Amino acid sequence: MRRVIEGSHAVAEAVRLARVQVTSAYPITPQTHIVEILSEYCEKGALKARFLRMESEHSCLAALIGAQLMGVRTFTATSSQGLAYMHELLHWAAGARLPIVMAEVNRALAPGWNIWTDQTDSLSQRDTGWIQLYCEDGQEVLDSTLLAFRLAETVNLPVMVVLDAFYLSHTYEPVDIPTEEEADRFLPPYAPRFRMDTAEPCSFGALVPPGDYMEMRHDMALAMEDALMQLVEIEGEFTRIFGRRHGPIEAIDCNDAEIILVTSGTITSTARLVVRTLRERGEKIGLLKIRLFRPFPAAILRETIGRAKKVAVIDRNCSFGAGGIFAQELRAALCNLDPRPLIYGYIAGLGGRDVTPEVIEEIYRRTQSTDRPEAEGVWIGLREAL
Amino acid sequence: MDAEITEREYMHSGHVGCPGCGATIAMRFFLKAMGEKTVLVLPACCWSIIAGSYPQSTLKIPVIHAAFETGGATASGVRAALDMLGDTETTVVTWAGDGGTFDIGFQSLSGAVERNEDFLYVCYDNEAYMNTGIQRSSSTPYGAWTTTTPGREWKKMRKKNIVEALVAHRIPYAATASIAFPEDLLRKAEKAKGIKGSRFLHIYASCPTGWRIPSEMSVKIARMAVQTNIFPLYEVEDGLRYTINHKPRGYLVREYFRHQGRFQHLTDRDLDEIQKMVNEDWELLLRKAGERV
Repeated sequence: MRRVIEGSHAVAEAVRLARVQVTSAYPITPQTHIVEILSEYCEKGALKARFLRMESEHSCLAALIGAQLMGVRTFTATSSQGLAYMHELLHWAAGARLPIVMAEVNRALAPGWNIWTDQTDSLSQRDTGWIQLYCEDGQEVLDSTLLAFRLAETVNLPVMVVLDAFYLSHTYEPVDIPTEEEADRFLPPYAPRFRMDTAEPCSFGALVPPGDYMEMRHDMALAMEDALMQLVEIEGEFTRIFGRRHGPIEAIDCNDAEIILVTSGTITSTARLVVRTLRERGEKIGLLKIRLFRPFPAAILRETIGRAKKVAVIDRNCSFGAGGIFAQELRAALCNLDPRPLIYGYIAGLGGRDVTPEVIEEIYRRTQSTDRPEAEGVWIGLREAL
Repeated sequence: MDAEITEREYMHSGHVGCPGCGATIAMRFFLKAMGEKTVLVLPACCWSIIAGSYPQSTLKIPVIHAAFETGGATASGVRAALDMLGDTETTVVTWAGDGGTFDIGFQSLSGAVERNEDFLYVCYDNEAYMNTGIQRSSSTPYGAWTTTTPGREWKKMRKKNIVEALVAHRIPYAATASIAFPEDLLRKAEKAKGIKGSRFLHIYASCPTGWRIPSEMSVKIARMAVQTNIFPLYEVEDGLRYTINHKPRGYLVREYFRHQGRFQHLTDRDLDEIQKMVNEDWELLLRKAGERV
């Protein structure tokens, strides 16, 4: 059924369809609509789950780690400071190989206080062992969240479904909501590979000496690598049931493009418009959207954009001292190709600043008119110095 | 030992506690009251090590090792999952040290108790961060040497009264217990097991290594703490009804301090000061229990 709903609502619908059993929440703008809807579903019985109203984000994830270890499906949602506060337990959830799913609404980090969109919060968690999916629109939010449970439970790693603050979390769009029967066909009840049980007592997470620790981490690395192929396979099944596919990446007009824009999140929708307009004027421009950030789909990216002359990456985030984070990852992925495209890194739209078609066109023109990148990260749309 | 105490053991014979470790004695007695339908949440503490390293376990019940500050929250999730699975029989227990309870885990504990989560939180108290090497905590008593309160910098602040902090939450059940009074400890553990909602047990667990006492003095020092009113045995129901379980004859605190290396620097004047504090606390407790001062 197609309904016009918010991005936040799309998350909640997917969580309901996934029949999550334990969910925890601590309020932070702009995550609140997700958990408000879920608490209403729990109250009305539309979702038969325990809804834990915790006293902090740190405790939200700790509670889910405890719950998931007992063998139930779990979910939480957070944003920005909340995610940063969870950091320790992000490592813990992944290290414990728990398929927890979390919605993360991209919001800028303080100071100064800023509740608007910015990817630095989630991208600075890139080494925690969580699979990360960045969403472009409401439909993709719903589909990614539902898929996240299948993927997490297949590889035993947690999944973060990432959506832009307000531009996506609070924006109403038509979204096709699957029926419960369809969702059940795609996502069977949770069957944990291991769980804590008084009938078979064991200890989980005890001291692990150097002789064993490394093998455990290697297993995690293998599971993370495997997640890419698993995603492709699971999406195949998803497409058969729901008729939609989003892929780890999406390439638009990349085959003959001389300059390829690389985007993630809602900037992609605006870039689609720019690419269409410029193509009509005969420009050889392409667009590549990265949906799957962890594991980073390096091989697919090499194949898709490795033959372009120039690649312009738009980062709504910054790793201070190294530039935009998607740009860094892409440089690393392409560095051994010969020949390889020049990578132009652009930083735009931090703290919710609008990335308009004009901004994107400026990035394209700048890339076109310079022979080599001017810097690791060129800041776009800065106001004149005061 | 009382004849009614089960001979069944829920600890294997091997563990890696120090000789005379009060925390190990506490666990052994405690589990006899709890039985096998128990899931233990173990935030970082001495017991993270005592419980054995991978792939071994000292305990015959499931043990979930948890991050330092998550004792209350992790147990909340475990309980929620058991409820969803229809298991009402299993008791969820958090077993934490004083650092994980009084300091870094206090928020998580307070949150869980405010929500009245159905679980039993046990703090075995050895009055400092013993696992990391005897660093001061907010449970370290006035007058104590630790590796972070050395020389003249011995701790000049009072020990936080954790039971009263829990009582302020109107917790259904809170009690103190001591490894030197096993019948009392077992009775309280059994009672706590039978109560719904949040329960808190504060177990005094001496630490020969950190307190600088011979290992054979472990239980004796614990007994003296009760006999001097430094660690009174009492319980509080619904945050209102106080019962004092043991009325000592009021030995002087001097005796208790004399035996421990961690207090050797204290002068007679310091000890007089401490005696005054202990008397004050004891009188306050008597008043709360509605007894004559």
